[in-house]
Amino acid sequence: MSASTLRIALVGNPNCGKTALFNLLTGGRQKVANYAGVTIERKEGRFTAPSGRVLQLLDLPGTYSLEANSPDEQITRDVLEGKYPGEARPDLIVCVADATNLRLHLRFVLEVKRLGLPVVLALNMVDAAQRRGIVIDVPELQRRLGLPVVETVAVRRGGALALIERVDGDVPVAAAALPDDAASRADLHAQVREILSAAVTMPRQTAAMDDALDRWALHPVFGLAILAVVMFLVFQAVYSAGKPMTDLIGEGFGWLGTQVAVLMPAGPLQSLIVDGLFGGLGTVIGFLPEILVLFFFILALEESGYLPRAAFLLDRLMMSVGLTGRSFIPLLSSFACAIPGIMGTRSIQDPRDRLATILVAPLMTCSARLPVYALLIGAFIPMHHVLGIFNLQGLVLFALYLAGILGAMAVGWVIKRIHRDKSEHALLMELPSYRMPKLRDIAIGLWERGAIFLKRLTGVILALTVLMWFISTFPSPPAGAVGPAINYSFAGYLGHGLQYIFAPLGFNWQISLSLIPAFAARETAVAALATVYAVGGDAGTGGLAHALVANFSLASALSLLVWFAFAPQCMSTLAVIRRETHSWRNVAISFSYMFAVAYAASLLTYQITRLLT
Amino acid sequence: MRLSELPKGTDAVVDRVHDAHAADPIAQRLRDLGFVDGEPVRVVAIGPLGADPLLIQIGSTRFALRRSEAARVTVRREAA
Repeated sequence: MSASTLRIALVGNPNCGKTALFNLLTGGRQKVANYAGVTIERKEGRFTAPSGRVLQLLDLPGTYSLEANSPDEQITRDVLEGKYPGEARPDLIVCVADATNLRLHLRFVLEVKRLGLPVVLALNMVDAAQRRGIVIDVPELQRRLGLPVVETVAVRRGGALALIERVDGDVPVAAAALPDDAASRADLHAQVREILSAAVTMPRQTAAMDDALDRWALHPVFGLAILAVVMFLVFQAVYSAGKPMTDLIGEGFGWLGTQVAVLMPAGPLQSLIVDGLFGGLGTVIGFLPEILVLFFFILALEESGYLPRAAFLLDRLMMSVGLTGRSFIPLLSSFACAIPGIMGTRSIQDPRDRLATILVAPLMTCSARLPVYALLIGAFIPMHHVLGIFNLQGLVLFALYLAGILGAMAVGWVIKRIHRDKSEHALLMELPSYRMPKLRDIAIGLWERGAIFLKRLTGVILALTVLMWFISTFPSPPAGAVGPAINYSFAGYLGHGLQYIFAPLGFNWQISLSLIPAFAARETAVAALATVYAVGGDAGTGGLAHALVANFSLASALSLLVWFAFAPQCMSTLAVIRRETHSWRNVAISFSYMFAVAYAASLLTYQITRLLT
Repeated sequence: MRLSELPKGTDAVVDRVHDAHAADPIAQRLRDLGFVDGEPVRVVAIGPLGADPLLIQIGSTRFALRRSEAARVTVRREAA
């Protein structure tokens, strides 16, 4: 690293806009949202200042205090104290403070100042402060703090020009490092009060809008009703808005497949392209619209500031099943994918609460399961309307999501029983101001998710699909063989072998086989089934959904849906559990309890449905 | 009185935070969050189930605290 590279760390209270500022400065696309604890790792970026100097920027998890309480806060403390492995102490700290909440944020600024490093204060969200009539006397604030102060608006283009100019200039002189003890900590509040009365006038402590919204959103009755309606609408929307587009894409790829089939000579290669690629991958890519609709709602909710309210409403309920209100946001993001969800548990201070959340997070229905659900529901559940407004397919989807949630509650309760833990767990959660979600941020978020999906599709899913095609096609049946050729392939042998285990659940050999690639990536189950049926010649003309209806019963279909609701999740999830908990034991517990629950639930579903139909 | 006993919507100021046991991290965090002598507080909302947690407004910040956490804070009512 050249001597001219200045290393700058962004620190501040949670949810003050550090990451938004980081993105604005570095052109990065790190995730931002409106709740405490979005950033849980140190992120690095660089930008070139107008002077031509390269500045290296570190984005750190937010913390209320250097007395760290959770793993993410610890990272920030270690970096600032120069104890983070492989990371030199930063040359300059940019302390970010929310201009609408200075009473809380200035205390941390003073605490950081005592570290004895050069500090610049970025007063962020000055636009919001102005709207609320908060007047800040910046020169006075600067004088009293003894730090350079600049105003920023991290969400506006050009909102950090003053900051860039400041950090591009001379590094300010550091204040003397001061010891940290209880008496001097208490003293910080007194200093903040003094500074505020001299430099800041606030017409009102809170935004009138927040108070008005919270009267409804946190109401004991209406609040819960609003939460239920919001969640329900999201799932209905996923199905009703995504489905027509999915059908269109599926038909498009089917048509492409038939065109290619005409152009190419019949043979293994034609079968690979038509059956494997267009049939298999085309079916999976069709579910992209549903996934994007789901992400649209999750991103909008995250930006709005509503999620911590939901956590507030549900805290008691979650506590009774061994979780905490703080588990709510990681669990909700697990609906997108369990991996960021499990990583998000780093903002839970209590190690036991955190482990319980990690163990149940994979039960939340991740978006990779959506293609499997949508395919089976579309094929087996009639398109009825119930009570005039709900569609039955949407209701079944909702029920599957609910099954995951109830399963998680049951598992949490069991973990709590086993631990018999009497020690106290803290909540201590800040509720941020509401904010109108920004279309641009949501669009970027959707773009990123779409890109990840397509990357998986052209990477692991494509590879597995080709592999499935290969083992379904070879070896060719011996001369004089009777029965379908696929029965003599590797896939046929493997599937029939697995069927011994899964037959009680109503799975035929094709389904049993598709569970293997599904362990690598859920969506591959769809591509694998499409390939196996296409190669086996059972697909007919109506696509995969028709092939399924022709080949297995409603009981098998429901059993498979239930299996996917509880089954041990993909390998990447297990790898993340290992990384986050540093324990293979937790991976083993996670895998085996989910296998057992899924097997039992599918068995019951299959046998009961068979009795009833 | 304890913050957990303060009626909803009543203005009060913090007296102090009591450690529930030696080196109580929750009490320390409460102090860091600004629960110190003389700060105005108010209970603005109460959780729907079992009247837990409490939403506490302190300064311009809203914190959700469980009753057991709020019980560590003693408050006095403002002279009306």
